Amino acid sequence: MKSGFRQDFPILLKGLFRYNECHPIFFYWFLSNTMQISRRQFFKLSAAALGSSSIAAMGLMPAQALAEVRQFKLARTTETRNTCPYCSVACGIIMYSIGDKAKNAKSEIIHIEGDPDHPVSRGSLCPKGAGLLEFVHSKTRVTFPEYRAPGSNEWKRVSWEWAVERIAKLMKEDRDQHFIAKNDKGQTVNRWNTVGFLAASAASNEAGYLTHKVLRSLGVVALDNQARV
Amino acid sequence: MTNTWMDIKNANVILVMGGNAAEAHPVGFKWVVEAKAHNKAKLIVVDPRFTRTASVADYYAPIRSGTDIAFLNGVIRYILEKGQVQHEYVKAYTNASFIVREDFKFEDGLFSGYNEKEHKYDKTSWAYELDDKGMAKVDETLQNPRCVINLLKHHVERYTPEMVSSITGTPQKQFLEICEMLAATSAPDRTLTSLYALGWTQHSIGAQNIRALAMLQLLLGNIGMPGGGVNALRGHSNIQGLSDLGLMSDLLPGYMTMPKDEDLDRATYLDKRTPKLLRPGQMNYFANYPKFFVSLMKAWYGPAATKDNDFAYDWMPKLDKVYDGLRVFDLMHEGKINGYFCQGFNPLASFPNKNKLSESLSKLKYLVVMDPLATETSEFWKNHGESNDVDASKIQTEVFRLPTTLFAEEEGSLVNSSRWLQWHWKGADAPGECRTDVAIMSDLFLKLREMYKKEGGAFPDPILNLHWPYHDAEEATPEELAKEYNGKALADIMDPNDKTKVLIKAGQQLSSFAQLADDGTTSCGTWIFCGSWTEAGNQMARRDTADPSGLGIAPNWAWAWPANRRILYNRASCDPSGKPWDAKRKLIGWDGTKWGGYDVPDFKADIPPGDAMNPFIMTNEGVGRLFALDKMAEGPFPEHYEPFENPLGTNPLHPKVVSNPAARVFDKDREHFGTNAEFPYVGTTYRLTEHFHFWTKHSKINASLQPEQFVEVGEALAQEKGIANGDRVIVRSKRGYIKAVAVVTKRIKALDVAGKRVHQIGVPIHWGFTGAARQGFLANTLTPFVGDANTQTPEFKSFLVNIEKDTDGKVPAVPEATASATMKTADAGDVDLGRRGWLFGRKRKEEV
Repeated sequence: MKSGFRQDFPILLKGLFRYNECHPIFFYWFLSNTMQISRRQFFKLSAAALGSSSIAAMGLMPAQALAEVRQFKLARTTETRNTCPYCSVACGIIMYSIGDKAKNAKSEIIHIEGDPDHPVSRGSLCPKGAGLLEFVHSKTRVTFPEYRAPGSNEWKRVSWEWAVERIAKLMKEDRDQHFIAKNDKGQTVNRWNTVGFLAASAASNEAGYLTHKVLRSLGVVALDNQARV
Repeated sequence: MTNTWMDIKNANVILVMGGNAAEAHPVGFKWVVEAKAHNKAKLIVVDPRFTRTASVADYYAPIRSGTDIAFLNGVIRYILEKGQVQHEYVKAYTNASFIVREDFKFEDGLFSGYNEKEHKYDKTSWAYELDDKGMAKVDETLQNPRCVINLLKHHVERYTPEMVSSITGTPQKQFLEICEMLAATSAPDRTLTSLYALGWTQHSIGAQNIRALAMLQLLLGNIGMPGGGVNALRGHSNIQGLSDLGLMSDLLPGYMTMPKDEDLDRATYLDKRTPKLLRPGQMNYFANYPKFFVSLMKAWYGPAATKDNDFAYDWMPKLDKVYDGLRVFDLMHEGKINGYFCQGFNPLASFPNKNKLSESLSKLKYLVVMDPLATETSEFWKNHGESNDVDASKIQTEVFRLPTTLFAEEEGSLVNSSRWLQWHWKGADAPGECRTDVAIMSDLFLKLREMYKKEGGAFPDPILNLHWPYHDAEEATPEELAKEYNGKALADIMDPNDKTKVLIKAGQQLSSFAQLADDGTTSCGTWIFCGSWTEAGNQMARRDTADPSGLGIAPNWAWAWPANRRILYNRASCDPSGKPWDAKRKLIGWDGTKWGGYDVPDFKADIPPGDAMNPFIMTNEGVGRLFALDKMAEGPFPEHYEPFENPLGTNPLHPKVVSNPAARVFDKDREHFGTNAEFPYVGTTYRLTEHFHFWTKHSKINASLQPEQFVEVGEALAQEKGIANGDRVIVRSKRGYIKAVAVVTKRIKALDVAGKRVHQIGVPIHWGFTGAARQGFLANTLTPFVGDANTQTPEFKSFLVNIEKDTDGKVPAVPEATASATMKTADAGDVDLGRRGWLFGRKRKEEV
């Protein structure tokens, strides 16, 4: 809690000094943290001190404010447009994240909803897409490279360097041993058919394109993606 | 999709068969609701189950799983008999009048040229009669008995309403009422659209299901029309893109095909793949194949691909056979595959016969899984109790699990089912040490290149020469890669109409695949994506929603391949004289000098109406094919073949040829097919609206919406078996068993098929042994290891099972979180604003 305050305080001050009227969120945060006042008191205070212009502009007149919690929550977030990663309707989504992309502040997505501008989905999401936030923050995401040795019953955490080195070594050994330059008829075939690769049809075009380019240069022929199933 | 999601609103009749859009594509399905509300459209659903789509349909008919061709051929027979086809369209825009070779035949369930030993056809006779100039012969009077339309009439003659009903189990009256509704769309101002998905593809005759529908749409004059078309709803968010980019054993980007062993040089390869004109005056666009191919080689190998080395043709691996997923797992089972990579793919759950898959993975030397989630595949070696009962100590596979970013944490484009390339942006960093697929592939490649540089090894040339022009070699930016697949000029491109004018300067982005050259002066990674990132910038990121035609086109929203065209074959929305078939659906038109309009014309812009050139510019005869020539594995016309596991044990049309004669079945798998004596019920797998494949069970909210594995059993069968709603049951096939809760339902009714009562059992697929839902069995434990003869898509929709009550069934537990995310990974220095909620935490406290 304290470290957050220290990190954010200069930014807050900047905000306070830049504008001749304080941003209501900062103002609330500042007052409530320093003066230990309740939100109700804050609204009384701020209405008296600042006049209602900025608060009204935010839709935060005291009477309405109590019913406007969601807007309040998102007002300080960064909006990013994205596409639902599930089915091929490709509904537009807006992701709201905390943090202003500053170097030392880790941004985190706190809300995802349908993009009302999207011509197909027009703001709708289905029960799958509506649960996207929990997918992003799933407890069963993998967050560091792991290795399971032959015969072992457990995962071991490893470094990226170690994993890449080990995989590349296994690949090269196999390729050098099993690469077929010419077939029985003496035709040049240059293929490596003892390795298989499944590409991800939820990956971007850019990832898919680079994956394809790399694999064919190695001679890979056993390549597939979910379009097959 | 030939058309788009929004275009569904223009339809008069919507046929949902082989799909369940209301549950699997709920937001896209809103356009069906829109068509019903504002275009008085009628929705017809034909499905083994009374699905949620059926619950809002105007008309529902049940069907036995795996018999759609019998149904559709019956519809084709009906409209031909009644003369309810769009006559002018069929005559001008299809190959109805083309004359087929004398030696083409269909007898006793087999087309001419069958080789019984190899389960393959010699397709020589599946062709047109040619004149001395090599052009196809036609009879515009349609009198010649060898005309395609007459052969088709003869072929579907057997599919009488009685026969259709007997095979499909659909009551005759319902079948005929649907025929009548579909036939009415043969009027030029009425259209039928069809929405299908895995319910049609996941059969051993999957591709022919779709052929049959495409033929029906050609006969009704609905291809190219707003509100018409053949619309594959498709699965994953970029399944269209990965297909377009050619990430399959036998494909290259833009639907070019991989060279085979016998294609010794580039000239031989190109000659076989560059189609020769079959009718005078046609566009035959694929004649440009050499330009697409050479531009691809320039994108991949850059300056190293030269005329002198045949544009690096030898560096492209050659195929001795297609290494599709099923074949690769079979080879793995035989110990012939050493390493396997799964990039965002969970094959243990997604290919058929889980036990075979598990045995196969156990024979690998190494397995690399790159995924944001802890997938079942990554833990195939770990004992998870009854649903994954393996002994880790006996599995010698080295397994790597590499954490990747997911959609929210990366930038780039995806192709939706309407062929739109939509750009998306990154919202936050990924947790812990997750990396993008691009970074991982780059790392592996650079490491290998370094090793080959240092140590040498087998044929290092393509590795050492792969064009790698990225600013940060370790992670190319999405922008760099998108620009590369779009393509650029390597030398100045001159204006074809004025040779003194430079159209595009060397180094500039191309704006159209019409600019590609076969002499190495252009590079383009995916020709159909050319135009997506031009000198005017990223066209995929456009966000103008304006729809000037009101037909749901939005031409400036994102970018659609090819050439930003939204409705394919749209020249066919106008009659041969250039007038729209339906004035209310005017999409494009001829202005006296060129074609133009609301959509990009799918035609040569300066060819006037009345010319010999026909609308289907990608075929070498210029017309849509009712007769598929040699393009399909099992015949030029669709024929009903039974699923490999079927409840009849025979085929009512031809008992000697029961199932697809051209399908590939591996010997060992044939032993694992069950018979109807042992397994009397038809099983079919499907998806639920609350879940997406095996991902959403990792999301707590979805996991709690559908927390536990169940199967759907009809009331009649449940009563017969003494199963009550909520009982725990065991469903078995020849390959294994799953345990689940029984949902006894009115939604699946027993059907009368060829004098037999047939029960079907529904098996939703979404559970497994990792994630946040209750532990369950992978549904593919039950399914047979056989695929469609063209695509090798597994037969997940129709197989045989038996069912019994699980007398001592225990409720499964929620699995422990298995992934590394449960361990603390964030750096101490990070300010983790969201989780701590410094702003909101206090507020919440106060509200309490």
